[in-house]
Amino acid sequence: MGMTLTEKILARHCGLELVEPGQIVNAKVDLVLANELSAAVAIKVMRGMTGAKRVFDPSRIALVADHFVPAKDAQSASLAKLMKDFAIEQKIEHFFDVGRGGIEHVVLPEEGLVAPGELIVGGDSHTCTYGAFGAFATGMGSTDIAAAFVLGEVWLKVPASIKLVYEGKTQPMVYAKDIMLRTVGELGIDGATYRAIEYHGSTVDELSITGRITMANMAIEAGAKNGIFHADAKTIAYVKERTDRPFVVERADADAAYERVIRIDVGELEPQVACPHTPDNVHPISEVTREDLPVDQVFIGSCTNGYIEDLRVVAQILEGKRIAPNLRVIVNPGSQKVWMQAAQEGILTTLAAAGCAVNTPGCGACFGGHMGTLGDGERAISTTNRNYVGRMGSPKAEIYLASPATCAASALTGRITDPRALAYVEA
Amino acid sequence: MESKLRGHAHKYGKNVDTDVIIPGKYCNIIDPIELGKHALEGLDPEYTGRMRAGDIIVADTNFGCGSSREVAPIAIKGSGTSAVIAKSFARIFYRNALNIGLPIFESAEAVDRIESGDEIELEPENGTIRNITKGESYRAAEFPPFMRSLIDAGGLVPYVEKRLAERN
Ligand code: SF4
Repeated sequence: MGMTLTEKILARHCGLELVEPGQIVNAKVDLVLANELSAAVAIKVMRGMTGAKRVFDPSRIALVADHFVPAKDAQSASLAKLMKDFAIEQKIEHFFDVGRGGIEHVVLPEEGLVAPGELIVGGDSHTCTYGAFGAFATGMGSTDIAAAFVLGEVWLKVPASIKLVYEGKTQPMVYAKDIMLRTVGELGIDGATYRAIEYHGSTVDELSITGRITMANMAIEAGAKNGIFHADAKTIAYVKERTDRPFVVERADADAAYERVIRIDVGELEPQVACPHTPDNVHPISEVTREDLPVDQVFIGSCTNGYIEDLRVVAQILEGKRIAPNLRVIVNPGSQKVWMQAAQEGILTTLAAAGCAVNTPGCGACFGGHMGTLGDGERAISTTNRNYVGRMGSPKAEIYLASPATCAASALTGRITDPRALAYVEA
Repeated sequence: MESKLRGHAHKYGKNVDTDVIIPGKYCNIIDPIELGKHALEGLDPEYTGRMRAGDIIVADTNFGCGSSREVAPIAIKGSGTSAVIAKSFARIFYRNALNIGLPIFESAEAVDRIESGDEIELEPENGTIRNITKGESYRAAEFPPFMRSLIDAGGLVPYVEKRLAERN
């Protein structure tokens, strides 16, 4: 019996010929990630561990300040300082403070810290993003991260895999975000719990790296442990531009066993929207626009859709226009590099001229942290990945999740709008 | 873990996510007692005012879905809640709860039978759930052997300490 892509990577990292679903393994990690919130708790745990003085390898740990940056208050600042002091003390090589990094999941691939075949754990549930590069990557809590800091290993239960096969060519204004929202809608928010998602098919072969990032990122929204793509020429070119570290490209065996195989034809897919209050409450945009839904805030950003490609789509739609009155648009480029690229391309000016507030890279409004928190009774449409009650602030607010194009179209009209309805963006 | 836990049930639905267990704005707090003051605030702002130390959260499927924030189980524990009974738990929350020593019980039968306000007694050692109000008892799913050995070793931290000692 062959192995899935996830099983292959896990087997190699625990020195076994073969692993199978359900098996508990001790795997070596290539990289351990934490942000200022998860790191603070992990550092506290590590300080309390007898015999834990040093991290296993200061070149294999990445610490990124992104959730409350620039610090929203003294308490947030003290967590960031705790992480910075730890980075200095432990000589952590990959430490990114505000102004040098951005959102952790945008920064790590950009910096060449993610390569195919690697095993990465992070103190953040969206660590699964790195599956876009053919890596096994999963999120954990701070105590597990503290253990990984000092041991360079984690215990894992080998997940069974669900194979998703996408066929067909998407219509104009339909993006990877729409495909993934549809997928989460189909699987349900616990439909892939304890499972690996393996993405296949001609549609995803054609997708850009950013598109694959968007899809791998939201594997956790179906409860999955990880979501993974096969690395191809595009992946290898992207990674080799950023690192000369050797890596091993793994492939699923032809006779690998999958718990389920789901085929999704995207040819007829409309733009999709996740309605309040769960990311699996997904509907085609035509159903959503049947109700006239005015919005108070549009948010563009996050580790799902805070990339240069996303900002280009938004800028193309807003170019030379003004956003609707009685609405605010907040844009958080995903990283410092994305911000600089967007500045060079004139995108930031286009957005600002249209009436958008452009923030410093970071998580900001995505998790109701700061820089765009929603108030009682407000409705937002957002390019982010979660719309649980209170996710972006008030528990009495409503969050709709959609693609950058759908969010930009809604910014122009002031209500949830089908981007295909905008005549001038005909592809 | 203590041998017996006792308190009244507070019942909730499915998919109780980490954003309602401890809203993002409080994630810059690391003190368990401070976090505990906001436990479940996004779902039931009255919870911490109404509950008494030892009380038990009872919920449907997929409890703790969403973020990896360990402050979610820490907040529940910090509030004085003694345990969570659910039909199923989200993966990261399950690991975190065990790592920080928040007792969790998986039992569909218990969740279906228990009503808010019922007095419950729990034995984490053997997974017994006793409904004192109704005079019934239910069994929680057993922990997989590896998890059991971690729990018996006192949790992940002692396990890591042992591994470190072996290396030196
Ligand atoms: S952008 Fe949002 S989802 Fe991504 S890491 Fe930050 S808070 Fe989490």
